Amino acid sequence: MQNPGPASFCAALLSDAVAVRWYALRLMCLREHAVFLPRLTFVVMVEPRVILDSQKFGLVLERLCHQLIENHDGFGDTCLIGIQPRGIHLSRRIDQTLLRLTGERTWQYGVLDPTFYRDDFRRRDMPLKPAETRIDFLVEGKDVVLIDDVFYTGRTIRAAMDGLLHYGRPARVELLVLIDRRLSRHLPVQPDYVGQTVDAVISEQVRVEWAEAEGQDKVWIVSQNAPSV
Amino acid sequence: MSPQSTPSLEKSALSVPHLISIRDLTPADLDLIFHFSDQFREVLSRPIKRVPSLRDMTIANLFFENSTRTRISFELAEKRLSADVVNFSASSSSVKKGETLLDTVNNILAMKVDIVVMRHPSPGAPVFLAKHTDAQVVNAGDGTHEHPTQAILDAYSIRERLGRVAGLKVVIIGDIQHSRVALSNIFCLQKLGAEVMVCGPPTLIPRHMQTLNVHVSHNLREALAWCDVANVLRIQLERMDEGGGGMALRSFPSLREYAMVYGVNRRILDEVGKDILILHPGPMNRGVEITSDVADSGQSIILDQVQNGVITRMAVLYLLAARQRGPELVN
Repeated sequence: MQNPGPASFCAALLSDAVAVRWYALRLMCLREHAVFLPRLTFVVMVEPRVILDSQKFGLVLERLCHQLIENHDGFGDTCLIGIQPRGIHLSRRIDQTLLRLTGERTWQYGVLDPTFYRDDFRRRDMPLKPAETRIDFLVEGKDVVLIDDVFYTGRTIRAAMDGLLHYGRPARVELLVLIDRRLSRHLPVQPDYVGQTVDAVISEQVRVEWAEAEGQDKVWIVSQNAPSV
Repeated sequence: MSPQSTPSLEKSALSVPHLISIRDLTPADLDLIFHFSDQFREVLSRPIKRVPSLRDMTIANLFFENSTRTRISFELAEKRLSADVVNFSASSSSVKKGETLLDTVNNILAMKVDIVVMRHPSPGAPVFLAKHTDAQVVNAGDGTHEHPTQAILDAYSIRERLGRVAGLKVVIIGDIQHSRVALSNIFCLQKLGAEVMVCGPPTLIPRHMQTLNVHVSHNLREALAWCDVANVLRIQLERMDEGGGGMALRSFPSLREYAMVYGVNRRILDEVGKDILILHPGPMNRGVEITSDVADSGQSIILDQVQNGVITRMAVLYLLAARQRGPELVN
């Protein structure tokens, strides 16, 4: 890639997506070639960006459900498992939307807290407080769909899969996420169903808000230093 | 760790590095232990009843005094957390050859033990140990002083059955003088907002009891009529016979007379006519402090206490371990 001229700066200001790539390019240049590109993008970065509003949110949920219906014949052997704490909002919505679309709940539903399986125990200043786990069935031989809101490093999912195996040996485990931050994986795990893919840099945070918890359905990207909303 | 600090990930830690006395804990600590216990209860209902959290830790159970229930409960809790466990009991060890407590423990710690669970006949032994070693110490009963995990599991069992501890009236019946369970229970219940009464013969109730803000009664019927929960303690015949005086040093004329005056039986409970929750820390002397028709009835939660012992001890060990940094970060 060549060093972009002033016209590109304007383009970066205009489009959020371009801004992210521009920022990534700057990082690359800093690291590998010691070329200092202008710090123009910072202006764009501090503004929280909405990547899914409530209207698009509904569409994405609907699409994910249709994909599930396509891949799970009748849901007779399927378990939907939401991952605590934030994945359960999505899993409840998926459960409700599927119920509306298919008319009958033929799948099983549970929530799983991966805290005790995490690989960062005793590496934090404060231990995480676990939330409820409720899986009233065995997953032996079942098709399990793990559901979480933001897929980031992959560590939570690894912990959740460890926990899941304590309930039996599933025939298949799939992963459904609302947001896939694809550039920041620490482990070789990939999602099967993705609501939206986001290229956010490490200093940014993807914040998912739910109508039942925060008042409206919305996905934001905020800079780490920005005041909390 | 990655900078993804999702605001909804709740964090919380115990305020103490050791569990020596309930007196050191805050009400928030107790709530935290209860919260973790709730989650561990679910873990024990799974086909594989274990979590890998403490897989890089070693825990030594040092029992300088006999115990079955507490030792098995701790051992099970440790194994359910995937810790490595070393057991030690005084009767089969070099304590018999005259080794001091500190030497015994230092020898065990030289084998890289992270947490020591200790029961000792001398009050204060765990404090001494905590001062002189690097390991974290959990008091599993020190003489007639405290038995904190028993108090935690008792309060947890009450909370589980009645939904709360605050505002309840709890009577502790029996041998208060020789009981570490009584003292820990008083501190724990008061911290959680319950009102506590002790009931027993005057010879078994220490004189300082009023200073702990505890009601004292010598009338079982009166005490039962007052309370919502009754914790019936074991008559510790082995402690009363200490000093070799036999009958002369006993605190009451005979077991039969104790059973008649302070024994909790079906008749007196029916007369009081309230649905009182009955606890007993075990082992029971059936027919002495409690009769079988009470111990095996629906209002007794004695077996729940045993089950809750494992999960509350898992919570205590997990939360204490969480205060230690992982091994690779120490170097």
